[in-house]
Parts: sequence; structure tokens; C-alpha cells
Amino acid sequence: MKYLVLLIGDGEVKPWADHTPDEKAEVMGRFRAFDEACAARDGVELLAGEALAEPSDATTLRTRGGQLQLTEGPYAEVVEGMGGFYLIGAPHLDVLVDLLGVLPPYDMQISPVVDVSL
Amino acid sequence: MTVDPLAEVVREEWGRLAALLLARFRRLDLVEDALGDAVEAAARTWPDDGVPERPAAWLHTTASRRILDRLRTEAVAQRVQPLLAVEAARAESGRTMADPGALVEDDLLRLVLMCSHPALAPEAASALSLRLVLGVPTPDIARLFLVPETTMAARITRAKKRIVGAGIPFGVPDASVLPGRIDTVAQTAYLAFTAGYAPGTGTDLLRASLSGEAIRLVRSVVALRPGEAVLVALLALMLFQHSRRDARVRDGRLVLLPDQDRELWHRNEVEEARALLDDPVLRAPVTLQAAAYTLQACIAAEHALAPSSSRTRWEHVVGLHDLLIGLAPTPSGRLARAVALAEARGPAAGLAALEGVEIPTTHRIAAVRAELLARSGQHDAARAAYDQALAACRNDVESAHLRERRQSLG
Repeated sequence: MKYLVLLIGDGEVKPWADHTPDEKAEVMGRFRAFDEACAARDGVELLAGEALAEPSDATTLRTRGGQLQLTEGPYAEVVEGMGGFYLIGAPHLDVLVDLLGVLPPYDMQISPVVDVSL
Repeated sequence: MTVDPLAEVVREEWGRLAALLLARFRRLDLVEDALGDAVEAAARTWPDDGVPERPAAWLHTTASRRILDRLRTEAVAQRVQPLLAVEAARAESGRTMADPGALVEDDLLRLVLMCSHPALAPEAASALSLRLVLGVPTPDIARLFLVPETTMAARITRAKKRIVGAGIPFGVPDASVLPGRIDTVAQTAYLAFTAGYAPGTGTDLLRASLSGEAIRLVRSVVALRPGEAVLVALLALMLFQHSRRDARVRDGRLVLLPDQDRELWHRNEVEEARALLDDPVLRAPVTLQAAAYTLQACIAAEHALAPSSSRTRWEHVVGLHDLLIGLAPTPSGRLARAVALAEARGPAAGLAALEGVEIPTTHRIAAVRAELLARSGQHDAARAAYDQALAACRNDVESAHLRERRQSLG
């Protein structure tokens, strides 16, 4: 079994930009603690975990009538509809979109990964 | 009239310079400002120092220095900014600096394709294309799209950030994808064009002249890709429509096609558009988008070449609309067909063709229905339809026209 955990909203955590450097360090500490907890547990393997860029940098890809359509922004029904994910390195969006055309014609959200190392 | 050499070089070379600087530095956030600074510096120094022998190279060198200054400042501050994604082939050759006197045309195509990438919102892509490819000042773009200048500036900045953030490449895609991307370039240019003719308030004529910038955008891409049917058809369509700009408004009032003074139409543009429709690329198999633009241009040609409204070949126009609806059965297409049908076979035929056509966001269907009811002598129904159109109309010039028509019913 494998699981995808989506950190989908801020909840009771305030927006990242409002954190002081100390608070950011504490949050990053929790992520590290999670990593360590996963590593220490038998049978658990953390395959991939990344922070995603803001939804405004996402692209939604749909196939309609056999045609690929791109629209700006995240896919609205992402919470109900998320069926899986890939983490792929590609030189740019066009190469990635080309590759994704090989998959079954799911609706997909493409979110760039950002470097959040402090 | 003297030609301002700076304005000329900006007009002719802005896109190539932007493309060249992007290929070299990959910093979309710096290139536009640096070029703007270089143009300002030229405006200050050229009048005294004289116009340099190679003005484009001067602007390129000055803009490059600005970018290098910024990069040094950033290096000191140790801030790492994300870089524009550049396709592998370009990234390799881009290491060596090209001489701006021998500019690589492909870089301009890369710029055009990047600005009109389908992953950008269409309005943002249109605005960005005018700014980056043509160097149209942001206040003019804001006026074209009827938004405040600050809104447009923010929209352009956001689009640039998104290109870098989403990984939209500065590159030319595979041949399998390129036709669809050229279609998007055409749609992007046409959106800018129609924005200038969208009902606004105030100085409508000025905005129509800004539509000419969208034509310039298409011309610059046609120069790079002369065999693209969609661009040839679109250029023809735009030229036919644009040729009527001076006849559209008289004394601040809208003049409809049948009442326009055909002497005011720009005949040279009509002739150019007609010649474009004879281009052999339109005889070969084309994309759906190209076919739709071709049919719309053929309809525009019927109007442009008819000696008067009454002597228009209306049955032929209806036939072209039938073909267009066969390709894309849109409500606006059916509305246009109903108008043509009313001219060809009388208002009753037009009214019948309007049955079931709905476009919630516009007053146009009610306005056309009112006009056709009035022509067929149903004055009470016509008044009701005019009232309906007036309630939905947001444009002063058009409202005045509708009120006048309603009053003429007595």
C-alpha cells in the first residue's frame, strides 16, 4: 500500500508568509521530525514529499474530444478527484505536457515544486 | 512629418531585443524594465549625442548593462531568482552572445510562443504579447482592454511571474504540437484586436487604432512563419474589419454597416485582405481554427466588396454563415446568420432563425429582434424588445442608438 498525503489547506496554521523566521524554523522542524518518524518505523518508506508552489502557478490539463486543453490555475475538484501523483523532473512545461499525453486522459493539476530550504 | 528614430527602432526591434536578452539572461523579470530603461536613456542622450550608427545594438548594449548591474546587486545580496526555462537546443547555442545585427529570428518566434502559451489566461497572454513582442506601452494596453493602468501593470507582472513559476518554456515545440500553438497565437492576437472594438465609453476611435497593434502582432509572426494558414486567414479577417474603423462612429454615434459611408473604408487594406484570401496556403487542408477565420474573412469580403448594403450578395453571405455554423455552432454565429437571413429573405425569416438563440451576457439578440420586429411592422413587440435590449446595454453609444430606433417607431 502506498498513500498520498495532500497538505491541501492551511487550516488553523496561519499563512506561511505570516510566520516569523523562528516560527518557520519550528514548522520546518516538524517536517523533519515527521521524516525521522517515518524512517524509524518498520515498513514505512517515505517516497516523495515536496512543498508546492502557489495555486496560481498551477496548470490544469483536460482532454476533451481528443484535444488537450490547458487552463490557468488549479483544478477545482482536486480534493474529491485526486487519484494519484507523479513526481517528475522535466526541463519545462511543454516537455511535461507532452509526456502526460501518454497517460489515460485524466484531468491533472501540474504544480511546480519550489525550493524551501532555509 | 519627421520620423523619430528612437520610436522607429523601438517599434521595429523591441521584440527581437527582448528575445535576445531573454535567451542570454533568462530573467523575464528584468528584461522588460532594462529595455524600458535603455529607451529612456536613449531619449535623454540621442538628441545631444546624435543617433548611434546601429541604434538597436546601442539599446541592446545599454539594456544588457542594466541587467548585469542588477545581477551583480543580487549576487551581493545572495538572492537567487528563478530562471526562465529555455529549451535545450537554445540553451546550448545561447551561451555565445549573438551579434544583435544578425539577430536570430527563431528567438522572436520563441518569445511569441511563450507569451501566448495556452497555460496562460487568454487576456494575460494578449496583454503580455503586446508588451513584450511589440513594446506597446502598458497604459495603451490598459486602454485597449478597458482596465485601469495599475490593473494592467499587475496583470502583466503576474503573467511574467507565472511563466517562470510554471516552467513555461522560451522555446519552439515539436512539429506535432506547433500547429495548435500557432492557433493559440492567432487567438491571442485576435483577442487583442477585438478588445479594441469592444463597446467602451468615451474615445472609441482611439481604441480602434490600438487594434492596429494586434494586426502588427500578426504581421510580425507571419513574417516568421509565412506558410501558416491560420495567420494568413486571421490577417485577412482583421484587415477587412479594421478597414471600416473610420466609418463606424460619426459624431460620437455608432454607425451600422448598412449606413456606413463606404468612401471612408480603407481600400488599400481591403485590397490587401482580398489578396491574402487568394493565398494558396488556404487551399490546402487547414486546422479548424484556420477554416473558421477563412470563412469569417470571406463573409467580411462580401461586405467590403459590395457596392452598397442593398447590393450585397446576401444569399451568398447566408451560405457562408451556414458553413461557419457547421464548423462551430456558436450562439453568436447563429445571431450573425439570422441577421444575414433577414437581409436575404426578409425580417420574418430572420426572426424565425433567431428562435432559441440565447447569449445571456449581451443585449445584441434583443436589439436584433427589436430591429426585425420593427421592420415587419410589429411595433408593440419591437418596443418591448428595445426596452429589453436597453436594460442590458452597458455602452453609451449603443444605448443612444437603441433609444433613437425605439423613438422612431412613434
